Amino acid sequence: MKHLLSTGSLSHKQAVRILDTAGQMAATQAREIKKLPTLRGRTVVNLFFEDSTRTRISFETAAKRLSADVINFSAKGSSVSKGESLKDTALTLQAMGADAVVIRHHASGAPHTLAHSGWTNGAVINAGDGTHQHPTQALLDAYTLRRHLTGGGDPSGRDLAGLRVAIVGDVLHSRVARSNVQLLHTLGADVTLVAPPTLLPVGVEAWPAEVSYHLDEVIDTKPDAIMMLRVQRERMSSSGGGFFPSPLEYTRGYGLDARRLAAMPDHAIVLHPGPMNRGLEISADAADSPRAVIVEQVANGVAVRMAVLYLLLSGNESNETKVDA
Amino acid sequence: MSTGRKYLLQNVAPYGGERTTVLLADGVIAAIGTDVTDDDATIIDGRGLVLLPGLVDLHTHLREPGREDAETIRTGTRAAALGGFTAVHAMANTTPTQDTAGVVEQVWSLGREAGWADVHPIGAVTVGLEGERLAELGAMAESKAQVRVFSDDGKCVHDPVLMRRALEYVKAFDGVVAQHAQEPRLTEGAQMHEGIVSAELGLAGWPAVAEEAIIARDVLLAEHVGSRLHVCHLSTAGSVEIIRWAKSRGIDVTAEVTPHHLILTDELARGYDPTFKVNPPLRTQRDVEAVRAGLADGTIDIVATDHAPHTREDKDCEWAAAAFGMTGLETALSVVQETMVDTGRLTWADVARVLSETPARIGRVSDHGRPIAVGEPANLVLVDPAARRVINPDEQATKSGNSPFRGRDLSGCVVATFLRGRATVMGGASCDEDVVARA
Repeated sequence: MKHLLSTGSLSHKQAVRILDTAGQMAATQAREIKKLPTLRGRTVVNLFFEDSTRTRISFETAAKRLSADVINFSAKGSSVSKGESLKDTALTLQAMGADAVVIRHHASGAPHTLAHSGWTNGAVINAGDGTHQHPTQALLDAYTLRRHLTGGGDPSGRDLAGLRVAIVGDVLHSRVARSNVQLLHTLGADVTLVAPPTLLPVGVEAWPAEVSYHLDEVIDTKPDAIMMLRVQRERMSSSGGGFFPSPLEYTRGYGLDARRLAAMPDHAIVLHPGPMNRGLEISADAADSPRAVIVEQVANGVAVRMAVLYLLLSGNESNETKVDA
Repeated sequence: MSTGRKYLLQNVAPYGGERTTVLLADGVIAAIGTDVTDDDATIIDGRGLVLLPGLVDLHTHLREPGREDAETIRTGTRAAALGGFTAVHAMANTTPTQDTAGVVEQVWSLGREAGWADVHPIGAVTVGLEGERLAELGAMAESKAQVRVFSDDGKCVHDPVLMRRALEYVKAFDGVVAQHAQEPRLTEGAQMHEGIVSAELGLAGWPAVAEEAIIARDVLLAEHVGSRLHVCHLSTAGSVEIIRWAKSRGIDVTAEVTPHHLILTDELARGYDPTFKVNPPLRTQRDVEAVRAGLADGTIDIVATDHAPHTREDKDCEWAAAAFGMTGLETALSVVQETMVDTGRLTWADVARVLSETPARIGRVSDHGRPIAVGEPANLVLVDPAARRVINPDEQATKSGNSPFRGRDLSGCVVATFLRGRATVMGGASCDEDVVARA
């Protein structure tokens, strides 16, 4: 296997290996010359069917720091009919000799379909599919948690055993939440999902996570980290009259503000995958506090994506460090 | 009607019972008995074979007119014959919609020309399946096609007033409304059964309650206006309970289950293979067990295929973009045998009831689903229950390849099918097309 489609299929060993490799990559990024020759001559295609400047730039930076050639392919807004576009685009990229395809798609499972269709021989990296998975986001979150919360020094080889992480917000529509629940569980952390019942999926009871409807109660349990999910504005006006009554009510119940931040333990950190809705799920006080590691997450994203590209593209098939997901 | 050719089915077991010999001549069953012989008849050695009345499908999508790239009346009915069917009911969601006498007569006559199986068109309940006003149900009933089953299948007649009117109106010609039970607001954008698997896969859920709520409403409406209701492709344990309750109250309701809901579950969505995308969606193992139990105890009256052919381009894509539906005519009997007969829950006489007699009665088709008795029309199927076969959609007669059973080993196979005494299938293969069409 040679793809990264979901955190659910990463073993503990593979996940730690990616984080360790990301640590090595991050170390190289402190040097004056940041570029490594590792993937010279290899081609990475960023195939984005959905806008995401941040994720695309992060992957692009990661690939370029490894000396890969990068092609950015934005399929959004083109008039291609549904379905055919994915296949035909994939065949085109295959003809161009893509070694890796980084795909962002609005349909859950599209990267899985691409990886198993025979349309491309390249490694497929899921950069976010519908409401399913966003594995590199979860990996960079885990990397960030490990750096801050596992005792200082070089964290190589460590997992997240015993850490308690609260994930707060629109779990129902969140690929970040799904990826994090699986990866954090694999790494030994205890996860609590916090959301109004309308923003939790039916079936969540099967996930390896606790569920709470009350953020204040969860903060009272002194979690080590709190991860705020973006709440999309359109969730307020969609089917059934919206998933919650008003932005104000949401913020009162689930927003991270100065008061809640102050109630958290001193060592606890605040994560957010971005982009933030300041004033809705997170207040400016919380977003800009020293405990927020949101900007660092972005930097760590480059190191984690370098690690994933490196492990998928530079090893040979028998290499035990291969990411088998 | 008759070809003049006679068949002597030796040592066959009608309904899986005592072996006997059956003579087919002049389009009817001419004689039955261990001592029956006929020197002019083609002899078929029926040792080990079960003889059933020709199967009747109450729910087939033949796609013609409009989507002849996915299926035609000719290819679809040939697939039907290979599956043991002698009559099929062609769903109304064609283009143009089967909502006028003209269109249903066209479908009916194309079926006659093809000759593989009798085609009984289903009429749309509402104009263009739009759910806004009744189609000309009376005109379709009085047409040459003599429509008795009306359905907006693919869409639910969700407006309660419109549904009430339809149930009442069809009483004038002994019709039945076959409801696709799907509350539309609860299923906007729905991709698969809502539950543990959908939560993990991030696919929008199609909750069981969206089916059950409509069925509950409809049985109460049918009771209120004293009408006959048929529930298409019932798929959940809760739906079985509601039908059981309705029947215990004496409500005139019948229900069908598809072969795929008898055997497949939502776990199959995990590979994001759109072959397994169907509406209503594949449910859980608990639901599969409930529909099997419902079929075994008679709560569910019939098995109907919901044969839904789709072109490759409609399935060769990401899940959300793919069409709903799977083919089923050529595998239905095997699935019923495997899930219900091989497990001891149905006898072959029960199979004749759920796949032939009762669907014919619901559809008011008088010359199919008849007893195997002298003088009855020779609409029959010969089944080899001991055979096993691996399903390869590429070798099927249906024009489309979206069978969920690709590569799967299934029980039983159809050896021969007779339509009014004429073989449409012999030795497990279709008979000569010209001979079939000329008859």
